Amino acid sequence: MNARLLLATALTSVGANKLRASLTLLGIVIGVSSVIAMMAVGRGAQVSVTARISDLGTELITVRPGADALRFAFFGGGGNSDVLSLEDAFALRDDVFTPDVKLVAPENSFSGSASVGSENTFVNGLGVTAEYLESRNLTIVWGRNISNVDVENISLVAVLGSETSETLYGQRNPVGSKIKISGREFTVIGVIESQQGTISNPDSSIFVPITTAHYRMNNGKGRVASISVSSISVLASSEATVDDARLDISTVLRLRHELGEDDDDDFQIITQQDTIETLEGTEGTFVILLGAIAGISLLVGGIGVMNIMLVSVTERTREIGIRRAVGAKRRDILLQFVTEAVLMTFAGGILGVMLGWAIAYFGNGATVDGDIIETVIETHIAVIALCVSVAVGLFFGIYPAVRAASLNPIEALRHE
Amino acid sequence: MIAKTTTPVIELVDVTRQFQIGTHVVRALDGINLKIESGEMVAIIGPSGSGKSTLMNTLGCLDQPSSGSFVLNGQYVSELSDNQLAETRSRQLGFVFQSYNLLPRETAISNVELPLKYSGGYSGKERRVAARIALDRVGLSERYDHRPMQMSGGEQQRVGIARALVKNPDLILADEPTGNLDTKSSAEVIEMLHSLNENDGKTIVVVTHDIEVAEAMKRIIAFRDGRIVEDRAVVPKRINAQSPDRDNQ
Ligand SMILES: Nc1ncnc2c1ncn2[C@@H]1O[C@H](COP(=O)(O)OP(=O)(O)O)[C@@H](O)[C@H]1O
Ligand SMILES: [Mg+2]
Repeated sequence: MNARLLLATALTSVGANKLRASLTLLGIVIGVSSVIAMMAVGRGAQVSVTARISDLGTELITVRPGADALRFAFFGGGGNSDVLSLEDAFALRDDVFTPDVKLVAPENSFSGSASVGSENTFVNGLGVTAEYLESRNLTIVWGRNISNVDVENISLVAVLGSETSETLYGQRNPVGSKIKISGREFTVIGVIESQQGTISNPDSSIFVPITTAHYRMNNGKGRVASISVSSISVLASSEATVDDARLDISTVLRLRHELGEDDDDDFQIITQQDTIETLEGTEGTFVILLGAIAGISLLVGGIGVMNIMLVSVTERTREIGIRRAVGAKRRDILLQFVTEAVLMTFAGGILGVMLGWAIAYFGNGATVDGDIIETVIETHIAVIALCVSVAVGLFFGIYPAVRAASLNPIEALRHE
Repeated sequence: MIAKTTTPVIELVDVTRQFQIGTHVVRALDGINLKIESGEMVAIIGPSGSGKSTLMNTLGCLDQPSSGSFVLNGQYVSELSDNQLAETRSRQLGFVFQSYNLLPRETAISNVELPLKYSGGYSGKERRVAARIALDRVGLSERYDHRPMQMSGGEQQRVGIARALVKNPDLILADEPTGNLDTKSSAEVIEMLHSLNENDGKTIVVVTHDIEVAEAMKRIIAFRDGRIVEDRAVVPKRINAQSPDRDNQ
């Protein structure tokens, strides 16, 4: 039997029991559409996270004290938190040793409550220098940025994140007003534009000069140069020089910390690329997990196909006998039943792709629990899903078909 | 009968066919020696369970003997592969069943086309033309698009004959073709087989219970307990389909 006849025969047979075929198909449709929709959601999340990180600028390099995260996880302890100082940060501004570094912005953190009159809020405090805003692509909407004079003078001035400002002052411009942070009175000098959506959200933060944070908020002592920093944001001169800058930073810090050749770094240098890769890796696992769950429903659909095909073989035993008696070879019977199974899963696959696509398309931008769902539809996922549904038909159709083909013609003819 | 030097259409030598049912062995065919020449018209008679259907299944290449040899048109059937058996069934013989064995969902024309679908080399149009010719031959020009359920038993059996004829084989095997038919339809079917034998020179083997059907053939072979107990040539008696007393049976 040639391919066209085979297809026509299979179509007639499948069409003869439309309700049954539709229900069987439905299993595949659900499986395939959930694969498509899940993958679209997973990929959407991946892409939007990557985009947010890229928003921060790919030249950004973050230096943190302490050994790398893996060691941290295995050996406990957070390393020596004093290991990065303000002096280390300033050393990275050297034109000779770190020519590819454009900007260095050290920071440390404190926590406390901020209050204005009766309004009170818990804030995430950051001690920064003038460079901080540029390192994070942030802009001032009201007032001015913290200056290096503020840093030198250990001034009691504060720049507010947009959310903090709104909580304490509503829509009013707070510049010039007094604010109490953990009991000390500060003057608000500026407000930062909202950055909704970035990874480390500055909206709910409050910024003060790094020296103020050290001496006034954290009750630190010692010389300015010895102020410990929790993180240094470094901007490379361009995306292309990120790797060079990273090497230079490492060299300078290892020299300053007098690390021997066999000693591990006592700091971590993380580029945006590292972050993207880590997150994409995590999200990749997530996408695979989603796909696997959806794949299971496809598997269940396949089992449904097999079930129906087995029933069909039993019901049509006599038909098989008739076909064999008039000259059908075993192969013809085998192909007929496999074709029927594949026809059902392929049709289910096409409908499933269309449905999954529609779900992904109309689901894009939908909000669930306040989170905006982004979906990315990828053609190759649809093609793979279609191929898989055909494979499911082959896999689950082959056993019933082999049973049909191995029937003895005489016994099949006797079957009632 | 005129002696022939050509190869017989069918030659059975010491053919046996045994079935094991639990510990019990049934000898459905028990040493059959039989030669049927081209152009013969043979009736096979015998009580139920005497092995007639088993013989027909063997002749139809649907079943293989347990021992002995079956030569069909000079070919040892036991030497054929499964695929070759299927080809032989479709090319060299046409099988007519007692219970018609039509595909219930397909139309008459599509049922008759079926053997052509499995032999390749025919376009859809050629298949339909051949099927129409075969249906016309059995007098069903008005029934092309009828499904089996919409036809009488006689008509269904004629579709069955058309299907056996469509590839124009030289040998027609019919296992109790009139077993489910009334007298009138039986007579029509037998008349049709006569015509195929006399006008088209086809070799015909018919299993029957009905002595009148048997006497309409040119040779009668009687079976009992898997053996041939009688084999004689007869002068065919035409059945009168209009005979009123037969109609009342
Ligand atoms: N597939 C089979 N399995 C077991 N016994 C069978 C089978 N086919 C036929 N027989 C037995 O062989 C004998 C001959 O059967 P059959 O050829 O159908 O007789 P007939 O057609 O003359 O009535 C019977 O006893 C029958 O029960
Ligand atoms: Mg019988």
